[in-house]
Formats: sequence, C-alpha cells, structure tokens
Amino acid sequence: MAKQHVVVIGGGLAGLAVTMRLAEAGIHVYLVSMVPVKRSHSVCAQGGINSVNELTRQQGDNEWLHLDDTVYGGDFLQHQPPVKEMCDWGPRVIHLLDRLGVPFNRTPEGFLDQRRFGGTMFKRTAFAGATTGQQLIYALDEQVRRWEADGLVEKFEYWEFLGPIVDESGHCRGAVVQDMFSMKIRSLAGDALVLATGGCGLIYGRSTMSMICTGGAAGRAFKSGVHYANGEFIQVHPTAIPGTDKLRLMSESARGEGGRVWVPAKPQDTRDPLSIPSDERYYFLEERYPKYGNLVPRDIATREIFDVCVNQGLSVERGALCVYLDVTELSPETHKKLEGILEIYEKFQGVDPRQVPMKIFPAVHYSMGGLWVDYERDGNTGGLVEGSVRNHHSNVPGIFVIGEADYQYHGGNRLGANSLLSCIFTGLFVAPTLENWLKSLPKGGAEDQPVSLFDGAVAVHQSDMDVLIRNQGDENPYKLHEELGELMTRCVTVVRINKELQDCVDKIGEFQERYGRISIADKGEWTNQNFSFTRALGDMLTMARVIAKGALQRDECRGAHFKPEFLIPAPESDEPAELRRQAQTWCDAFKVKNEKWLKSTIAKYTPSGPELSYADVDTSLIPPRPRTYGLKGAEIIEETWRNMTAGGTGDRGGDAVVAPASAS
Amino acid sequence: MSRTLEVKVLRQADPHSGSHWETFDVAYEAGMNVTTVMQRIAANPVTADHRDTTPVAYDACCLEEVCGACTMVINDRVRQACSALVDTLLADGAGVIEVRPMTKFPVIRDLVVDRSPMFQSLKRVKAWVRVDGYYDLGSGPRVTRQEQEEAYPLSRCMSCGCCVEACPQFNDHSAFIGPATISQAVLFNSHPTGKVDRDDRLAVLSGVGGIVDCGNSQNCVKVCPKDIPLTDSIAKAGRDTTTYKIRQWFGR
Ligand code: SF4
Ligand code: SF4
Ligand code: FES
Repeated sequence: MAKQHVVVIGGGLAGLAVTMRLAEAGIHVYLVSMVPVKRSHSVCAQGGINSVNELTRQQGDNEWLHLDDTVYGGDFLQHQPPVKEMCDWGPRVIHLLDRLGVPFNRTPEGFLDQRRFGGTMFKRTAFAGATTGQQLIYALDEQVRRWEADGLVEKFEYWEFLGPIVDESGHCRGAVVQDMFSMKIRSLAGDALVLATGGCGLIYGRSTMSMICTGGAAGRAFKSGVHYANGEFIQVHPTAIPGTDKLRLMSESARGEGGRVWVPAKPQDTRDPLSIPSDERYYFLEERYPKYGNLVPRDIATREIFDVCVNQGLSVERGALCVYLDVTELSPETHKKLEGILEIYEKFQGVDPRQVPMKIFPAVHYSMGGLWVDYERDGNTGGLVEGSVRNHHSNVPGIFVIGEADYQYHGGNRLGANSLLSCIFTGLFVAPTLENWLKSLPKGGAEDQPVSLFDGAVAVHQSDMDVLIRNQGDENPYKLHEELGELMTRCVTVVRINKELQDCVDKIGEFQERYGRISIADKGEWTNQNFSFTRALGDMLTMARVIAKGALQRDECRGAHFKPEFLIPAPESDEPAELRRQAQTWCDAFKVKNEKWLKSTIAKYTPSGPELSYADVDTSLIPPRPRTYGLKGAEIIEETWRNMTAGGTGDRGGDAVVAPASAS
Repeated sequence: MSRTLEVKVLRQADPHSGSHWETFDVAYEAGMNVTTVMQRIAANPVTADHRDTTPVAYDACCLEEVCGACTMVINDRVRQACSALVDTLLADGAGVIEVRPMTKFPVIRDLVVDRSPMFQSLKRVKAWVRVDGYYDLGSGPRVTRQEQEEAYPLSRCMSCGCCVEACPQFNDHSAFIGPATISQAVLFNSHPTGKVDRDDRLAVLSGVGGIVDCGNSQNCVKVCPKDIPLTDSIAKAGRDTTTYKIRQWFGR
C-alpha cells in the first residue's frame, strides 16, 4: 500500500502544532509555508495565552467559567461544544508549552506568572514578556525541526498553496503548490489536507496583520467548494499604532498591566498630556464601564474609542484620530514586563511610552469567521468526541481547517489571549482526527490516484498563471488593493450602515471587473512577487465580497458587527414601573432578534458571487443571554431576562446540559 | 512642497546574474520605513531616469521587527527594512537611501537571499528541548525568575542573520557556525530538560567550524536588533566546550 501523507498548509502555531503531533504518531507531513515557518504571523501575538490555572481555580475559576466568558464575550455566536473542549484543554496546552521550554514569566517562587485580559475577572493569561506569540511559535518550530531532522516532516518553505486537488468523487487528494523562487508549480499527493492559513487582514489594506495574511489560501479553498462561515465578523483591535505600511498592534497587556485609556476632557487640548490634571482627563472606559474598566471586551473598547474620536470630537490630535493609552504611571518592573511592546512603540514612533502617553487608534486585527468545519459533540461531556473524523473537517472530504482560518471558536468577538489557545489547541486536537481519517480510507491512498488527476490540476493553475501574467490592461494591482483597503475600512469595520454596505458590495463588483484589466509590471518567471501579490488580490476581492455581503444581510448588532440602525434602544426611564416595562420590551426584542439572527452565516462560492444561508448555533451548554456591558438598565434587563427564561435551558432545548458541580 | 527621496537599490535578476544599481525617486511620506519605500516602488516601477523596470523583490512579513524576514543592508548597515525609518536614515546624514542584499547568503533575486543555512545549523546543535512526547504529563520544570530572565533574551533570536552578516569569520571559506547558533546552543544547554543533549551540542561547538573559529571581534553583538548578549553566550560556550573536552579526555 502506498505511504500516506498529510499536507499541512501554513506553519504558524496551528500548522506547527498539528505537524509535530502527527510526526510523533509516525505520520509523514508535507509542511507548506509562504515564509520560513519561524517567520509566520503568530510571532506578532504579544499578550499571552489563556487557561484556567491553579491560582484562579482557588479564586473560584474553572473551565466552565472560561467557556462562559468566551461565549458571552463572543455574543453566543459560537457552537459551544468546541469551545468547551478548548477551555478544558487550556491547562494541558500550557503544561505542554511549559515543558517545551517556553520562557514564560515567573513568580518569585518560580511558578508561571499570569495577568488579566479583557472580558474576564480572572488572571488567566500566561505570558512570555510581551512577545508571547513569538516565544510559543519558536517552541513549536523547534519541535518540528526535530522531526524534520528525523525525516518525518518535509518542509516546503517559500512555497505557496494554489488550491486543493479534488477528484471526481469530491474527495481531496492533495494540493497544488508553487515554489515562490523558481515559480515552478507541482502537486503534493496527500490523504488529508490541513489548512492552517490564518487570517485575511490584507483585505483591509493596512491592519495589524502580516504581509502574508491575504486570505489567499482561504479564498482558493472557498472557490474549490469549501464553505466560509461568519465572514462579517472581523475583530477591530482597540489599540494599534498608526503607520504607513501597517497598523502595529499595541497589546491588550498594556491595559492588563494597568495602562489607562483617556482623552483630555477639553477638545483638542494642546497641553502636554502629562501636565493635564487628572480631573481634566476623561477616562471614558473606566467611567462608562466601572466593572471591567479598561478591560472591557475588544469590540466595546473599539466602539468607545471610535465614538469618543469621531462623534465627540475628542481625538487628542487635530486632523488625526487617536486617544491616549497611558502607561507612564506604571512601575519600572511593570514596564519591564511590557518591554517588547513598549520597544515597538519607541522604535516606530520615536517616542518613549514610559515617559509620554502613547497615541493609539483601533485597527483590523482578527477574523473570527473562517472556513466552515464540522465537529462531533460528546453527549456526556458537552465537549467533543476526541478523534472523531468530523472534527475540523470541512464540507469537502479530506480538507480540514484549524487555527484562525476556521470559524469555530470566537463567535461574534474574540477575547484577548484566546487566539493562541485556539490555534495550538486545534492543531493538537485535530491530530487524532487525522490519524483516524487516514485509517478509515480504503486501500489505495492519494499516491495511487491516477497521474492525470495531479497533472490536470497543475495544468489548470499553470494556465491561470500564464493568462494572468500576460494580461493587458490599465489597472495597477497595488493601487486597486489600496482602494479596496480604503473601501473595506470605511464600510465594514466598527460602525456598519446598510446603505454604505450596499455601496461597498457594488464597488467590490466593480473592482472585480477592473481586476480583469489588471496589468503586471513583471512578466518574468523567477521570484515574481508582483505576480503572487496580484493573484492573491483576486482572492481578496472574492473574500471581500463574502465579508461585505454577510455584513449587509445581517440586520442586527452582535459582537464586532455593530449596526446602529438595528440597535435595540436601552431602557432609560427613571420611573421604576416604566423602566421595568421598557426592560420587558427590550428583552422581547432581544428574543425575536436571537430567533432570527443567532445563526452562523454560511457562504457558498458561485461564479456570480457568494450565496449565503444561515445555520443554527449549538447553544446547548449555556443559554444565550443579553450582553449588557455598560448598558443602561443592565441589571433590570438581566433580571427580566432571567425571569423570562427561568426553568428553560436555552434556545435549543435541554439535551444533555452539563453543568459541572463546581460551576458557580 | 512634496519631497522626493533618492533610493538606490542593488538589483540582481537571479542567482546566476551579475548585479547592478538602479535609482528611484520616491515621494517622501511622514513616518515611512524602507519597506514602504519598496512598496511604493512596486506600485510604480520606474527608475529615476524614467525607464520602466520590475518591482524590487524583497522579503517582508511582520513589519514590526519580530519575524526577521526583511533583513538587508541599508546605508551600509545590516538591519531590518521595516524598522529602518526614513526620517532616521536622513537624520543620520545620508542624503540617499542605499539598499543591497546581505552578502553572506546566496542571492535569490534582488534583496531576497537564502538563509536556510541558519536553520540547518539549528538542526546540528539540536536547538530544541527533547521532551518525552506531547501527551499531558503535567507542568514543566520549576524555573526561577532569574533563570527566566536569562533565557528570555536568548530566546528572542529571530534568525534574521544580522549577526552573521557582520561577523568577519562567517564567510565562504569557513565552516563557522556563527554567533546566533552558538547562542541557541547555550540557551538549550541551560534548560533543565534541554540539557540532556548538552554533550551533543558541545561536541558540535568543539568541532570544525565551532567556537574556536570566533575571532572575538564583537561585531555580532553590536548589530543584533534584539540586543542578544551574543558575546556572553560565546564566552559561556567557550568555557563549556573546554570542560567538555577535558571530560572527554578523561573518558567520561
Ligand atoms: S565575536 Fe565571534 S561571532 Fe561575533 S562577530 Fe566576532 S568573530 Fe563573529
Ligand atoms: S542573534 Fe540577533 S542578529 Fe543574530 S540572528 Fe538572532 S536576532 Fe538576528
Ligand atoms: S518584516 Fe518582520 S522583521 Fe521586518
């Protein structure tokens, strides 16, 4: 029998985690990455990785509460079983990373130090300086190098994924890939294809993401028939440093360690910020959200910063939008913990943030949505059946998706420091699924498929390349990309308005027509980055349409998707009976809204544009409830909602609700 | 009035061709870095003397000096293009911006070089912690704050190549493994679990192209963008290889 192989696309945290686990099980892996894997975008993650730990446990924390924070923070748009599984795995993931030598910060006694992140009351976040993502990926990179030395992993670095190879029966049999130096296109026969290809921030022009985060791989899978879910849920990180090429992340850990966000109470106060007395400063997050303060979930912090600058005209700079993120009052020891990110600010802004408050503004940061994947729920635990071939399996047999590229874990809004967890967890967790998938395959693996299948797939991509490279026209790919970025940033980020979204969808259609007239300056066949970028731009346009159309059709507010036209007005009466009545109206409207919109958006590719449908969300563990951070009348709404749903177990009935004994 | 920057780039079509300079006029933007300069050239690949050319091939990824991709020689200094701010370069007195590829690695095209030898040598020194497996076996070894503070700086090495570019001993005629790899060997030798492979690492560092090839010129430490104490690592590796050799001599 032919040898079986798994093709992994993407060598960030998720791709490396699955690769090392497969290699450990003796399975041969082709690992494909556009950059040497050590340079993947995961290095940019700064703040940390969440998990329940021994300390928080004694403060009343447990995995159930991590699940609750995650789904509440995500506005209940996630299927709960995968999230439960992830939270249960948290401590195991941290243990493993600790054993692999990640230099996590330590307490004086030598235990792992933890900090608090947004959307929770517990200090769940382990960290390695302020470059946690870098430290985690290095640990996994080292392990994969070890397996590479042992011959179980074959790396294809500086190779680009062009598309899956799908046979007549609809099964994936491998991938077409291209050497980014020689531009040679070849096939890799694989019995399973794992996409760990990250996010798609470049659709927005500048974002906090790396140059490789084009969404190109996802776009290519989508065009080949893999469904894409919840595309409209794009996280805009509240705090980034504006730049000409990139909006550099300023980690949430700056606030987790005590950094405060403020603006001068007087518009465009030109005084030196440090000379402005505290009673003339407006600490708007602390004032508006006394419970969470500066650590409200990201979508909320982002909207507030946006509101303060755009609607209230309180930006600290004339002609630019930004607020102060102030760490000047923190101790030198805390500054040291934040060294990595403070250095970035200093390096790129030329100002020492230990001395002068930083100027920051929101930026596109993460795609909660992603390629659609399945899971198998475990009726006993409420989590997943480990090793089930349904887990992380897309609708195309043989294609699996993990990490930021899948849609499962973050719902309408991701909590800080949950991404590193979801990436590593999904990589580790999908490995037994893949083992079982390989075992379940009939004799005659991918390598035994007819040569014509592979050659045919290569020929298609070769001819696509020949056509595109020779295309004649007057459109410049970089300028078109810039226009796309501006359009998407204007219409599909913080505040979304249907008229603008419709306009945006139409414009993307026009851009796609203009793309037909694109001209590539470099017609050569050696290390042609110009061509690679232009090809990815085509995919960006495809995915931009999925995002914009999803946003246009979803007439509600949920997580990062904020449409003021469909905001349910908050109760505001000062008269108790009236307030109660308003709260009831609010809850009725909320119930109706959930019945209609507590659904995953599922996009299907068609040549004339994406087709959208909506699927139920599994909320069987924790019944959805109003997300009331900072809402006026929050308490009365919560009380009314509790009464309305008393005795109920959530929207989807009570099958196997598992509340652990220790849940509070 | 809009300002224009004069940008000179050393171009090379492929590994076998010769190289030549091309000059571009690029419109100045406040806060721009050398990566942005390359992006602007790509959008408008026309030389200063109005000849159409191809976009410059260059490496870049994170754009925040944490991935190590974009290392090149800018105004005679090896560094990352993404953190090379045009304002700073101009303030340093250079009227022009002159960009060329690193010299210690084969050029693929223009500014893109093949740094895979750096990753190969990490394999030679077993730069990993050899754990029993990836099942949950509880937490890792207890590490003091002081140990973490020593390990973390070494662990920030992004294999960017600046140090080997600056090292006079790392070149075509020598097998020298280079400062970054030595420092990684020291890092893993100091880890409570990693040190089980200590002698294998020290054997490599004691062999051909090992620690003795270092001429102690200290160039490496001056150019490391992550301020990694490379010469401390080299000194430590020197001591450890000495005791290793003595132990070998006495047959244990
Ligand atoms: S100290 Fe050694 S490794 Fe560093 S530059 Fe000099 S010769 Fe090279
Ligand atoms: S030691 Fe410093 S200069 Fe050398 S590769 Fe690592 S980060 Fe770069
Ligand atoms: S692009 Fe990553 S270091 Fe410059």
